[in-house]
Amino acid sequence: MSAETGTYLPEGLPRPGPAIDGLGAEFWEAAKRHELVVQQCRACEGFQWGPEWICYQCHSYDLTYTQVSGHGIIYSWERVWHPVHPALQEATPYLVVLVELPDAGNVRMAGNLLGDRTQDVVIGAEVEVAFEDKGEGEGDEAYTLVQWRVVE
Amino acid sequence: MTEDATMRGKAAIVGIGETTYYKRGQSPDPEVKLVLDAIQLAADDAGIDVRDIDGFAAYANDRNDPPRLSTALGIKDLTFSNMVWGGGGGGGSGAVANAVAAVVAGYSKYVVVYRGLAQGQFGRFGQGADIPVAPGAMAFTAPYGLLSPAQSFAMRIRRFMHEHGAEQSALRAISLATYRHAQSNPRAVMYGRELTEEMYDNSRMIVEPFHLFDCCQENDGAAALIVTSAERAKDMKQKPAWVLSAAQGSDYRQAATAHNSPDYATSNFKTLAPRLYAMAGVGPEDVDVLQSYENFTGGVLMSIVEHGFCEPDEVNDFFTLENFSAPDGKLPLNTSGGNLAECYMHGLELVHEAVRQVRGESTCQVPDVNVSMVTSGPMVQPVSDLILAADRGVDA
Ligand SMILES: [Zn+2]
Repeated sequence: MSAETGTYLPEGLPRPGPAIDGLGAEFWEAAKRHELVVQQCRACEGFQWGPEWICYQCHSYDLTYTQVSGHGIIYSWERVWHPVHPALQEATPYLVVLVELPDAGNVRMAGNLLGDRTQDVVIGAEVEVAFEDKGEGEGDEAYTLVQWRVVE
Repeated sequence: MTEDATMRGKAAIVGIGETTYYKRGQSPDPEVKLVLDAIQLAADDAGIDVRDIDGFAAYANDRNDPPRLSTALGIKDLTFSNMVWGGGGGGGSGAVANAVAAVVAGYSKYVVVYRGLAQGQFGRFGQGADIPVAPGAMAFTAPYGLLSPAQSFAMRIRRFMHEHGAEQSALRAISLATYRHAQSNPRAVMYGRELTEEMYDNSRMIVEPFHLFDCCQENDGAAALIVTSAERAKDMKQKPAWVLSAAQGSDYRQAATAHNSPDYATSNFKTLAPRLYAMAGVGPEDVDVLQSYENFTGGVLMSIVEHGFCEPDEVNDFFTLENFSAPDGKLPLNTSGGNLAECYMHGLELVHEAVRQVRGESTCQVPDVNVSMVTSGPMVQPVSDLILAADRGVDA
């Protein structure tokens, strides 16, 4: 944990936002409510991630965001030692995991693996979502990251 | 595939030029001047007047656009201006393919393929963007400290290593071979800087599993080459490096954002490689020397596997310094030092080296080279490949 803020990585990294055309806004709004959602097609019920304006499976434009359990499986991981951003100069090492969501068509999401930064990470390990509130806490500056922790 | 349906033997690379290769920030010249210089050197090497160039093909969103370059050089008739989409070095061989297409289609007489890159002047690839908001796809990675290419690609490599039991020694062999070859190449930025196993093992970790020496350099410089038709190439100054095939490709949904490409532990050559070999009429067993784009050693690992040089579960045995060393290793690899140790000219320097191997002019020459191959830009979308040969491969 970063001593100053209590969040896994310090403030100062780019905060998440929707694309210029608005794609992805629902995901970040749901995260603020501490809900994990994944884009789903109303026509064929297929999941897709990241979001797109069309369903790649059936080409319907009728897409929604569906809440999922937040249960995941570690698919890959990395431990970062070399900081490439001014905000990270004192924050290494840190862990990034790629997590598969079995109840959302095995789409993948990247996030930090909370807890000990030197822990052994096991591909295939079960994880659960953890919502991390960040930012100034006022208006548009506040945001919530979708993080992961190992299921004990 | 019929002969008519391919570009095999219909064009050649007939000139190469490159500036001095500098460490990032050390070029005394602005980027566009480096490009103009490389183009003129390539024309000189080809033995043509630079004003006879009429086509321009580039990649990776090169900042130096053909309208400006052709105006600056006094080009009489700009017949072709072309860009391969996508960042990274995935378009390096694809730009050659487009140049060949322009020549074979009759649009252009001499197409220059070029890349200028002064990371000291326009920002470093190895740094994360210092911006307040990460929009769209970037939002799913940047706020988690997943910012740089090394960080993005380490995730794919880790998965490949997990699936196939690949060990760190396989990555190390790639790095050691490229540095070894750079020691014979005075153009190489790492000339005179030997790398040993011990140095590699003790080097600082960038992002697991990449040590410092698994990562490409950041450089300033420019490179250019001239493509023309078979008919012209036969009577020019240099021995032609015949293009047997050149193509770009990208596997199913490889650009899915937030690391969601269905096939994940891949360099993205699985659909392209068979097409490339079919067009060339050769297979991996025919390749005498390979230049394989190293953004990171792990990308080379998967590229070599996906081009059929080795089975994925055999990499720990195949990936040795001995096998990758010129002149007589099983698969001499990156014989100029490549992106790791010669210069990160976004992989165009690999095409130059492939040409030199065909001409017999490499500083790490492999004897009797016929087939000389380049793979460009693993793990990006699209990627591309090039097969050159000393023998034209069709009835001349
Ligand atoms: Zn659908």
